[in-house]
Parts: sequence; C-alpha cells; structure tokens
Amino acid sequence: MEEYPDDRRYTEEHEWIQSENGQQGGVQAVVGITDHAQCALGDIVFVELPAIGSDLHQGEAFGTVESVKSVSDLYAPASGRVVAINAALNEHPEYVNEDPYGRGWMVRIELTAPAELDRLLDAGAYERLVSGS
Amino acid sequence: MSLPDAKEPLLHEISVPGRRAYRLPPMDVPIAEAVSDLLPGVALRQEAPQLPECSELQVVRHFTRLSRLNFAIDTGFYPLGSCTMKYNPKVDDEIANLPGLRDVHPYAPADCVQGALAVLWQLERALCTLAGMDAFSLQPAAGAHGELAGMFICAAYHKSRGEPHRTRVVVPDSAHGTNPASAAMAGFDVVEVPSDHRGNVDLHQLRSVCDERLAAVMLTNPNTLGLWEEQMEEVSRAVHGCGGLLYYDGANANAIVGRVRPGDMGFDICHLNLHKTFSTPHGMGGPGAGPVGVARHLTPFLPSPRVQRVDSPGEATARYVLTSTPESIGRVRAFYGNFAVLVRALAYIRTHGGDGLAEVSGHAVLAANYLLALLREDLPPAIDRQPMHEFVADGTALARHGSLRAIDLCKALLDRGFHAPTMYFPLIVKEALMIEPTETEPREVLEAFAAAVREIVVTSTGADAPGSFPTETPIRRMDEVNAARHPVLRWNTTT
Repeated sequence: MEEYPDDRRYTEEHEWIQSENGQQGGVQAVVGITDHAQCALGDIVFVELPAIGSDLHQGEAFGTVESVKSVSDLYAPASGRVVAINAALNEHPEYVNEDPYGRGWMVRIELTAPAELDRLLDAGAYERLVSGS
Repeated sequence: MSLPDAKEPLLHEISVPGRRAYRLPPMDVPIAEAVSDLLPGVALRQEAPQLPECSELQVVRHFTRLSRLNFAIDTGFYPLGSCTMKYNPKVDDEIANLPGLRDVHPYAPADCVQGALAVLWQLERALCTLAGMDAFSLQPAAGAHGELAGMFICAAYHKSRGEPHRTRVVVPDSAHGTNPASAAMAGFDVVEVPSDHRGNVDLHQLRSVCDERLAAVMLTNPNTLGLWEEQMEEVSRAVHGCGGLLYYDGANANAIVGRVRPGDMGFDICHLNLHKTFSTPHGMGGPGAGPVGVARHLTPFLPSPRVQRVDSPGEATARYVLTSTPESIGRVRAFYGNFAVLVRALAYIRTHGGDGLAEVSGHAVLAANYLLALLREDLPPAIDRQPMHEFVADGTALARHGSLRAIDLCKALLDRGFHAPTMYFPLIVKEALMIEPTETEPREVLEAFAAAVREIVVTSTGADAPGSFPTETPIRRMDEVNAARHPVLRWNTTT
C-alpha cells in the first residue's frame, strides 16, 4: 500500500516537500520523491543532486534519478538555495526505495518564496491524482 | 535448446608465460627512429604491458565459443522495437567487400577513387529522392550523430538570419532519448511537450511553445508508440509560422520508406539510420551511419566536404570532386564517414528499387499489425489505434495472471529462443513493451512468437517465481540492480 503522509506538500511530478520553520529565521524545507514515484521507477541505482549553494526555481529540473528502467528529472517543488544534500544516496540509492519520506530525502533548501508551497497539492489531492492515473 | 557453456575463461586466465602464436619475421630494414625519439618520456612505459600469452588455436577457440553465445538476427527472431533488427541481405556484404571498394585508402586523391566517390554521390541522390530533401551529408556515423549535426545546422541557420535568440528545441515526451541529448549537446534548451490521448503530440501545448524563442521541433513519425502523427500539417504550420525548423528523426523510417517523404511532411532537416532501414548488421554499438539531409534553404550549412558530380561537355564520363561551402558547419567525421555502411545502403536501395522499398515498408507495417492481432489479448496496445511498423503494448495487463511483469515476460522469451522486445520505453507507457517484427520475418515465426507469449502467460499463472526467468540460458537472471549500483568495470591482474 502506497503512503502519502499529510505533514508535507506534493507536486504533480511526484516530489514531496516538507517545510521546517524557525532555523536562523528563514524557512527551510526538505525535498524528496514520493512512495508512488519510487514504486513506478523500480530499483533506483543512482541519484544526481545539485551542488550545495545552487539555486532552484520552482518547476525546473534540479537533478536526476536513475532506476533500472529509466532516467527521470527531478523538479523543484519550490524555489530556494540548496543548503544540504543527502550524500548518503551516493552509496545507498536504495534508501529512496526503502524509505522515500525519511532516509531517502534528497535536498534541503532555504526557501526564497515560502508562499509557493500553497500552490502545491496536499496529501489528499496527491492521492487522488495518483489513484486516478 | 543446446547452448555452449557460459563459463568461458578470459584470455588472461588461460595465458601461459612464453606461449606464442604468430611470430613476426625479423626486421630486414634498419630502424629509422627509435620510439624513445618520437615520444616524450612521460608517454613511454617502463615495463611491458601484461598481455595474454596464448596459442593461435586457443584464441580461435575462445572467440568461436564466445560467438556461439551471441544472439543475432542470423540466429533468431529479434523484435527489438525502434531498432529495426531486420535481415541484412548477404549480397550487400558481398558488394561492400569488393576489393575495389574495400581496399580504397582514405587518403587516396579524388582522381584515383572516382568509383568510390560515384557510389557516395549516387547514394546521396537516392536518399534525397527517398526523403524529399535537397542534399545529404553522409558523414554522421550514427543516428544520434546525425541529430547532433542537424542541431548544429539549425543553430548555424538561425545565427545566419540574425536570430541567435532562438535557443529552444522542443521534443515530445515520447521522443527517443537521443533527441533532447543532441539538442542539449548543441547548446539548446530542451522543452518537453506532452502527448495527447491518441498518442499524437499535443497540438495545443505545441502551439504554446511556438514563439520567437523556438529553434526547432524534433519529431519521429511514426512516433515511438508506433503511431502515425495525425496532425502533421498543423504541426508543420505552427512550427514554420513562428520561424522554427522541423527536424525528422529517421529512426522509424522503415515504416514509411518508399511511400511518404519527410520533406513532403514539412520537415527541414532529417537523418536516416542506414544501419536500420538500409541493411547494415547492427546492435551492440555499430558501426552505423546516420546521414543528415536538409531542405534547400539549409544546404549551404551541411557538413563538408561533399561529393559533387561535374559533367563537362565533350567528356564521356562525369567527374566527381569534393566541395565545401563557407557556411558549412565543417567536418563531423574523418574522411567519408563509415564507407562500408554507405556501400551496403546503396546496394540495398539499388537491389530493391523504389517499388521494392515501398513493399518493404508495407510488409513491415503488415507484420506489426498481424503480430498485434495475435497478441492483443495478452498484450493490449497502450493506445488502441492501428500501429505502423511497431506497436507498444501495455504490460500491466500481464499482472492479471499473477505477478508476471514486462521484464519477466522478456526474460522468459529468452528461454524460448526469442530476443526480448524493447522494454520500459517509451517512458509514457507503464510496463511498456515495444515490439517491431520487421518485414523480413515469415508468418510462421510471428505465430510461434505469439504462441510463446501465450504459453508464458498461461504457465505463469499462479507461478510464484517469474522473477527467476530465464532458466535455460547459459547465464540466468542477471542482478541488474547490483550491477548498476556497484559496477565492476576493470579486471584486476592481481585477482
């Protein structure tokens, strides 16, 4: 059974983003791909992430995820500057399959426009999107 | 089915110090220059390389045994979608192997290789006739190479018109991966447009990106779903109306050769995969040939040099010369391209003739439609329209019978002596299986393939381990995940 926790927002391109208030004043958020996405991709063998300090723009590609089936772009759920990447995925891309909402996280960004998150899907809307497809 | 043992040792593993095969005769001329005089010190190795030492017979046996592990179109049905793995007539090999063509030296002056140049000129004219283009460059060595040259031509054209702001190349979401890769390599920004519910490029979405930033739209027709683009004229109008160019990816030309011409569909640039449509043995990396053709307004930008025919009054025979244009994007390949592939293509075209080529595409489409009719209960098409030379099945239907997935079906087909179809492409179809039987398969083979699929589906019902297929091949199910995550690419002499 695929899961969609309701403590985060989702994109139609199957990324999730979870904001965390309060760190040094700015709003930071963690980004990954959904359970549905990792299921559809199959065994993930490589994740290419941006450099720390690079700028992401909502809706634009910021990395790639490669599975035994295909290579797919990762799209930024929101705009911001990359403050951390999950370097563990270099050695353990399987974390994305095993724990897409936890150990399989991909980047942490400092949001430049936190209001962008309001335009994203909540868990219910995302679940309706993937169950309808 | 009897197959050789897959545990063939490496030549390094059968090597015995001092064992020799052929021995070169002693040098009978003085050494003019020592290697150490020709190379800088850093390029000189301090010790001899560790090469295997084997007898000639050992080497012959090693490679003969390995060759028996190959799967090839000459040994079995090979319905690898989009790859057009059809039979390559042996007469084409014979012709390419004629000493006068085979032994031509690439540095021979044009005056000494008039026959070889005549072959190139004739091939270019034939491709122009078949594609409805003004001129072709025969240099590109593969389809993606032709695409890259085509994108350079596109950039040079817009620059020549003072429109360097045209930086976007649009590809549909069903495109071959080489399309966006070629555009990006040539410096363009790639924009993807979705397909509509009939498998065509979404015209509304396409129109929304047809503006002053558009450099080109790249299309395959029939597309990678094996479906004819039904709105070709509207696409052409939209692209040209905003000043863009239309690029034809010729990967699927086997569906239309001799019947429809990219130039007549409105395409400005086009490549043709000679190794697919015009018979050169291929697979596993070549050599191939992907000539790039253009409409008249783009001819000056083609790679150079090209062969031109010169007819002089009073001379009995025409002369062939190599020419360049100042606007040319330059060379994209040494010498004349993959000459032997070009010879095979001309041989194929001339032995078939125009009517024969129209029959080729007709039979290719018929074979795909017949195979779909046989298979559709187990493998329904992703989009239920009449396909052209290949079709894409929705492999999720396999799960009706248990846990069988597309990859399991592919592996089980290997047990039955068939090459697997292309799987998991195009990306817009879940569990995609792309099946291209080609025109050269007899009806009985198509029926045997369909029967094998049926048998796999039926016998896999309730089976708990389709993940263990294949069970009869020399090497069983590969650990593809581990191989991709932890590739071992180097044999270590110390192990």
